[in-house]
Amino acid sequence: MADITFNAIRKSYGRTEVIHGIDAEIADGEFIVIVGPSGCGKSTLLRMVAGLETITSGEVHIGDRVVNALEPRERDIAMVFQNYALYPHMSVFDNMAYGLKIANVPKPEIAERVAEAARMLELEPYLERKPRQLSGGQRQRVAMGRAIVRKPAVFLFDEPLSNLDAKLRVQMRLEIKALQRKLGVTALYVTHDQVEAMTLADRMIVMNAGVCEQIGAPLDVYADPATLFVAGFIGSPPMNVISHDIRPGHGALAPGAVIGVRPEHIDLVEPGTGLIDFDVGFCEPLGAETLVHGVTAAGDKLVVRIDGETRPPADGVKTGLSIDPSKIMMFDPSGHRTSA
Amino acid sequence: MSGMVEKRGLGTWLTHIGLILGIAIICFPIYMAFVASTVTQSEIAQPPMPLLPGPHFIDNYTAALTQGINAPVMTMLVNSMVMALGITIGKISISLISAYAIVYFKFPFRMAFFWMIFLTLMLPVEVRIVPTYEVVAGFGMLNSYSGLILPLIASATATFLFRQFFLTVPDELVEAARVDGAGPVRFFIDILLPMSRTNIAALFVILFIYGWNQYLWPLLITTEPEMNTIVMGIKQMFPSGDDIANWPVIMATTLMAMLPPVAVVVLMQRLFVKGLVESEK
Repeated sequence: MADITFNAIRKSYGRTEVIHGIDAEIADGEFIVIVGPSGCGKSTLLRMVAGLETITSGEVHIGDRVVNALEPRERDIAMVFQNYALYPHMSVFDNMAYGLKIANVPKPEIAERVAEAARMLELEPYLERKPRQLSGGQRQRVAMGRAIVRKPAVFLFDEPLSNLDAKLRVQMRLEIKALQRKLGVTALYVTHDQVEAMTLADRMIVMNAGVCEQIGAPLDVYADPATLFVAGFIGSPPMNVISHDIRPGHGALAPGAVIGVRPEHIDLVEPGTGLIDFDVGFCEPLGAETLVHGVTAAGDKLVVRIDGETRPPADGVKTGLSIDPSKIMMFDPSGHRTSA
Repeated sequence: MSGMVEKRGLGTWLTHIGLILGIAIICFPIYMAFVASTVTQSEIAQPPMPLLPGPHFIDNYTAALTQGINAPVMTMLVNSMVMALGITIGKISISLISAYAIVYFKFPFRMAFFWMIFLTLMLPVEVRIVPTYEVVAGFGMLNSYSGLILPLIASATATFLFRQFFLTVPDELVEAARVDGAGPVRFFIDILLPMSRTNIAALFVILFIYGWNQYLWPLLITTEPEMNTIVMGIKQMFPSGDDIANWPVIMATTLMAMLPPVAVVVLMQRLFVKGLVESEK
């Protein structure tokens, strides 16, 4: 078990820099999710920790060692890959035991460790099978078993659930979380799915275009996004972006500045009584909640989240919007939060 | 099932008759060779040739195996086996290793080397036979197994085949092996080789037959009868001038020359199909 420190990490391919200096401190036993859109450099960052990519500049510390120049196997890490990367010709047992065999762990200990991992992951009936005889969820478990048996200091997950169907994804998500809690191993988990990030993370690192936008606990990041990008990326549906100042007693916004409001912080009221009038376009009833899409009188497109038991307004109806002023967030033209 | 039976009309019968006729036409010469190897010389020389096997099977085959005409067939079979296996195993090992180097390692002029290997496709043995002979003779390898095997070992086709296969192996597998602590040699032996076994089996069949059927090269570099291979040895059995050909022995030799490739195809085909059925994704 170990803490991890990123110290001004940069990565360039030729002359193109893809990661522009990342600093972060990860405590021992923390579950950190790196989340961002595809191409933001999150996988590259993870692969630099794993030792599968070289680090152009900066330092990665695992425990008290700088691991920049170490081979993956010397870094005391284990990695779970997106497509599982199981050895197709080996049985489940051999897949899990391979790393230990190479490390010359005595056979009885290998058998014991694999048995323990198999019990934990409910893989005991499948130990003699080949990966192709397993379902996607089982393969994913084997990949995790392969990581567990090595008792690493750090778990690295590279979008491990994206090849599974939606239901299995939710189930495996819970299992991963429970497993990490139980083992107490520091985990770095890369995903583009903000729901996965919110549910798994102790803290999350939101990345965009090779830059770390915000680091924080999921609910803090949600409630208090540092940038417009984070506000738009975390939360579904995303935060509403309004380019006209709708607050009473304020003039026009500075050019390029915008207001952000979460869909659940807006209420539908009688026309003329709210902050601004609103034309309902259409509604998406989702059961527990209903999303109301429409346009404000000033021309901003908004989504309002209302309770699922409230009768949704008919398409094309005019209403008013009431917004709690304390929930309104201001962003300057560069996308950073401002107080005013 | 009943539907299949009902469909058996005249067409099915005709196709089967056609196929049986075709097989008969192809098999008849082989049958004739078998008949010829079980009768005496005089029975063949005197028309009409018998169409039913005679009683001299054991005599003729024993004579061929132990004495032959120039060299005992046993010796030639052993020579052929050594050459065919040497070429097959040599070709497969060298192509595996060179494909591994080309696909998994970055080194200067990597593509240049690949194309150089590829270009040798244009230079089969027959084209380079004179200079190759010169080199082999210079090394004193005439009338030796190494002389028979080494010049035929390089194989662009097999290298290319393995290269294409290695390119389909996902990168994640390489990375997983690295994280597991497998170095390049371990990865090759523990993971890449077992995954290539279907390809290896297929190539083994093709290359064994290629090696077994070599004619020109052994003819050129083996002058001593003890080093003759069986495919060229058959030709050497034909008498020069007015001598009488010992047809029963020659025919027995011919049939024995056919057996190992047939055995390889039959045996390896099982493995090959098994490999295909168990194919990995």
